[in-house]
Amino acid sequence: MMSRSVTRKLLGSIRGVSTSARLNCPGAPASAPAAQRGRELIKSRELEKDELRPLYMDFQATTPMDPRVLDAMLPYQVNYYGNPHSRTHAYGWESETAMEKARKQVADLIGADPREIVFTSGATESNNMSIKGVARFYKARKKHVITTQTEHKCVLDSCRVLESEGFDVTYMPVKSNGLIDLQQLVETIRPDTSLVSVMTVNNEIGVKQPIKEIGTICRSKNVFFHTDAAQAVGKIPINVSELKVDLMSISGHKIYGPKGVGALFVRRRPRVRIEPLQSGGGQERGLRSGTVPTPLAVGLGAACELAQQEMEQVFLLGGKTCKAKLTKQKLFICYDHARVSMLATRLVQKIMTEIPDVVMNGDPDQRYPGCINLSFAYVEGESLLMALKDVALSSGSACTSASLEPSYVLRAIGTDEDLAHSSIRFGIGRFTTEEEVDYTAEKCIQQVRRLREMSPLWEMVQEGIDLKSIKWTQH
Amino acid sequence: MAASSRAQVLSLYRSLLKESRAFPSYNYRTYALRRVRDAFRENRSVKDPQALELLLNKARDSLAIIQRQVLLTPAEQEHGHSRHTIQRSVLSRSLSLSLSLPFPSLLLLSPGSL
Repeated sequence: MMSRSVTRKLLGSIRGVSTSARLNCPGAPASAPAAQRGRELIKSRELEKDELRPLYMDFQATTPMDPRVLDAMLPYQVNYYGNPHSRTHAYGWESETAMEKARKQVADLIGADPREIVFTSGATESNNMSIKGVARFYKARKKHVITTQTEHKCVLDSCRVLESEGFDVTYMPVKSNGLIDLQQLVETIRPDTSLVSVMTVNNEIGVKQPIKEIGTICRSKNVFFHTDAAQAVGKIPINVSELKVDLMSISGHKIYGPKGVGALFVRRRPRVRIEPLQSGGGQERGLRSGTVPTPLAVGLGAACELAQQEMEQVFLLGGKTCKAKLTKQKLFICYDHARVSMLATRLVQKIMTEIPDVVMNGDPDQRYPGCINLSFAYVEGESLLMALKDVALSSGSACTSASLEPSYVLRAIGTDEDLAHSSIRFGIGRFTTEEEVDYTAEKCIQQVRRLREMSPLWEMVQEGIDLKSIKWTQH
Repeated sequence: MAASSRAQVLSLYRSLLKESRAFPSYNYRTYALRRVRDAFRENRSVKDPQALELLLNKARDSLAIIQRQVLLTPAEQEHGHSRHTIQRSVLSRSLSLSLSLPFPSLLLLSPGSL
């Protein structure tokens, strides 16, 4: 068992740097006398009693690792530590076997061949690889790339880099419900288009794009189709042959796997050629050189296998048993999905029935239920987040939270500036409980009411004044 | 044969629930308890012995996983969730118990059943 100092250090590292009110440093020297150590231990516990960790409702930013995934990874962190590319000894062989098994698990989840999966360091790297790689490989004859305005920052930034290299990039607008217009896509595709990139499930508003239709369009026009499925894999059924996708990015830490690993699906039939971003010893079919981190890859594989199992099981919802299978039909029910939908409906209904003037951003039907983006009118987003300090939420995505600008995704779907500033994203996942959802809903309602009481705008609205008609004068 | 396997299944179910209760993390604990309950419930009408054996092996593996993971994650002072007041009082009781020990024993610190 662990010694006290190790425990304390682990506690300290687990607690991390959450608040500044932490007076007692958990990393006190282990050589202090026993009585002092005892007293320090008691002191830190007393402080800890008053500080409560917030509820985690931010599953789009990252997800906690499933204990089964950690269990699968541990042997490869401790005992089987060989380099999977070493061909001459048992350490390499066993590492390679584990890596190939993980590859198969990832491939099975999306209906691909294991040879079509490339392990990367995350969805950002996969996105960079696919966009820059495809565009640069085919740049002799094809100079046009299409993407949408609601893509992840890494996709948009890669496209910006391509623009500076001389490519033509079209950022397609989206409708007010967040979905793209298929007719407009057909018209935008030119004979010299090499790639279309549309994300499957948006990480900010949760809308599910019509990937199958886009895939069909791209196939018919002979254009490669890349989708960033980081938020979708393991949550909705994905079959790359059905969806006619040529490239797909997968992220480990969005599906209860480890952080720092991801995968890229690169179709072999018909072959998609990519100019590699990372040069080196030619690992991963030459597309991504560098040692594959075996424990992380094993973790990703285990997470994918778990997601697949959850999708194929019979589930029980309120006493009724329904059989669920991953069939070719769109209609499916699975344990995780049923639970997340139930919790999401509960949260949204609770909030929307209690307080007026709440808008849900994004299409109400074509969405993944676990990502809910609500805009509370006449309330400032940051102040609401700070009022809800014992629930871990975010307004806008984690990548853009440092800046003061409202989220570009909300701007792209046409929300007003003031509504965009007051939007909060609730993320529900596998580990969320009913109590957490109820608590969040109640706290939210309470705080919104309190903030609105303080707001002069709300007073004016109550009196019946139309805010848009006011002429704000300068002093 | 049927009686012993029923007893087997029940004892496995009980040990799974007992081990799951020892998770220090609220989210893992609630998930494990819920998932174990739902998994046993959905498979309660399985009669085929081979399928039964498979499921039981899976349950035994899960039991081992939970035991390992519970030992791995130390008794972090994880507070603060939905039932703040309830959890606070339970935790303060168990904390006062464990303060007298030289090392926070996981077995004693079982923060309330659900």
